[in-house]
Amino acid sequence: MDADLIVLVLFAAIKTGTPLLLIALGEVICEKSGILNLGQEGMMLMGAVVGFIAAYSTGNAGFGVLAAMLMGSFMSLIFGVLVLHLGANQVATGLALTIFGTGLSAFIGSDFVGHTVQGFQPIAIPLLSKIPYLGEILFNHDILVYLSFVLAVIIAYVANKTRIGLVLKAVGENPHAANAIGIKVLRVRYLAIMFGGAMTGLAGSYMSLVYTPMWAENMTAGRGWIALALVVFASWRVGRIMLGAYLFGFASIMHLVLQGLGVDISSNLLAMMPYVATVIVMVIISADQFKEKLLAPRSLGKPFDPRHMA
Amino acid sequence: MRIKSLLVGLGLLVGFGMAGVSTAQAEEPFKVGFVYVGPIGDLGWSYEHDRGRLAMQKYFGDKVKTTFVQNVSEGADAERVITQLAKAGNKVIFTTSFGFMNPTVKVAKRFPNVIFEHATGYKRSKNIGTYALRTYEGRYVSGVAAGLMTKTNTIGYIGAFPIPEVIRDIDATYMGAKSVNPNIKLKIVWANTWYDPGKETDAANALMDQGADVLIQHTDSPAPLIAAQKRGVRAIGQASDMSKFAPKAQIFSVRDHWAPYYIKTVQQVMDGTWKSQDFWGGFHEDMLQLASINPNLPKSVRAKIDETYLAIKTGKLKPFEGPIKDNTGKIVVPAGHTLTDKELAKVHWYVDGITDKVPN
Repeated sequence: MDADLIVLVLFAAIKTGTPLLLIALGEVICEKSGILNLGQEGMMLMGAVVGFIAAYSTGNAGFGVLAAMLMGSFMSLIFGVLVLHLGANQVATGLALTIFGTGLSAFIGSDFVGHTVQGFQPIAIPLLSKIPYLGEILFNHDILVYLSFVLAVIIAYVANKTRIGLVLKAVGENPHAANAIGIKVLRVRYLAIMFGGAMTGLAGSYMSLVYTPMWAENMTAGRGWIALALVVFASWRVGRIMLGAYLFGFASIMHLVLQGLGVDISSNLLAMMPYVATVIVMVIISADQFKEKLLAPRSLGKPFDPRHMA
Repeated sequence: MRIKSLLVGLGLLVGFGMAGVSTAQAEEPFKVGFVYVGPIGDLGWSYEHDRGRLAMQKYFGDKVKTTFVQNVSEGADAERVITQLAKAGNKVIFTTSFGFMNPTVKVAKRFPNVIFEHATGYKRSKNIGTYALRTYEGRYVSGVAAGLMTKTNTIGYIGAFPIPEVIRDIDATYMGAKSVNPNIKLKIVWANTWYDPGKETDAANALMDQGADVLIQHTDSPAPLIAAQKRGVRAIGQASDMSKFAPKAQIFSVRDHWAPYYIKTVQQVMDGTWKSQDFWGGFHEDMLQLASINPNLPKSVRAKIDETYLAIKTGKLKPFEGPIKDNTGKIVVPAGHTLTDKELAKVHWYVDGITDKVPN
């Protein structure tokens, strides 16, 4: 492999990792508040289809992104009402949301199959893109990739360094204690869920406007699930999510690159690397009971009812 | 109509797992079922089967009622779906993917009065017929076009799974390209999926990163063409007309055209003249077409494409006519012999000159 090819592969790894990064950034906030939303795939597809329809109808990809984010948070709002207000099981509701989103996106998108949109063009950032190698890998992308860089930094800062981050943590670790000191637990959780939905919608529009500028049924092909694994892989740390997203992206294109180079290694074996990595991390985390408690939000997946003390 | 089909689809979703179902008409006549591996919106393989179904439906009108199930995964799910269709009173069931072979055989044993037609497979019985496209004819022409258009002498090929149909097409592509360009190289990448626009894009980019400047795909979405157009290289459309996704990049699309076969077969079953057979259709039967040939091709390239197409259509040119050596040096087709359909269905070697190994 020569240097040029390595640059191209790393460039592609960033692109491939971006939708995973966007979803995982939203989901980690959601999970920090104690809510596990398995509906990522359904929300992503809805974001993809609505984003595509909006961009196709208005001719403006920016509208598409906005519409996708609104759709994503609307979908997650449905989820929020079910699990927060009606106390539905989070796992079952999340799965239902995925099945629902998959079917509904196929239905509303059927008239838009077979079209393509202009989408976003790559923008080379002045000066930065001139840095040898690094510039080509990092600063020759489209605007949504840059947005994901910025969002990752903001989210890491907010989650770790601000009062909002502490409130989120309190709600996710011990909602009853948070409630006792006057934090509106349900409101915080609603906001976290809807933020997660908007991020997933954004990831969906990245798929249908940038990555493969078209709409096709089920076009996200399981990326929502990989992003869920990524959150666990990163053990709920934003910095690690970024690293993990590109690692997953790298692994998922590496097997294609190696085949093109004629390396004789089973492509199936390589394609499962991200999943193997996730399982290994989960084993490491859960091997140490104390560590597990430190990492995962303690009330993750548990419903909260202020009338019943834990 | 659309709302209704959605409701039916939602209702059956539970029973069929991730598969969705639509019913096309409300009368009670001759029932025909279809099972698709992808969504009909894939704009490739399943989309063309569905176009064939619609054309057949239109031809027979009220006399026929068709049902299709899309997104059926190859395996246990397929068996359940096929059984369901047989139980629902369908007289003919078309199972349209290679991986439906064993489920089709299993279900056919339990429903001896139902006729099953399995696409691209090789297991037949009293009530199972098979049918296939001579896609290798289209590949040979694709190879010729790619061999003439490439500047880097490198063709990128995205394969789905290493089954005989795909291997055979890779061979035909290479032989076509080699016939016009002796320095041609073929880079093959396996996507391990029939349909995943994202992964197909990744595969296309991986090939272009390594110097391929004409892409040929044996996967079903138009994503590789879009990727090719973005980077200013050429590509050939698969299964359906993909020109509108990448008008500049597309050289042409090799389009599947199933309607004549579906009409013929349903008529035969209605008349009671149906017999289990292995049917192959290509350019000659008009079941394979060159769609939307790019008007901006150099004249000489266009002429060569037309010439090759005609030669294959009239039987003057047979891609798998001996002598052919595989890439280990073994003679796989002796001189004076042309592979029979039976032999074509079992091709599992790369032709001399391809530097890869057939995956297990």
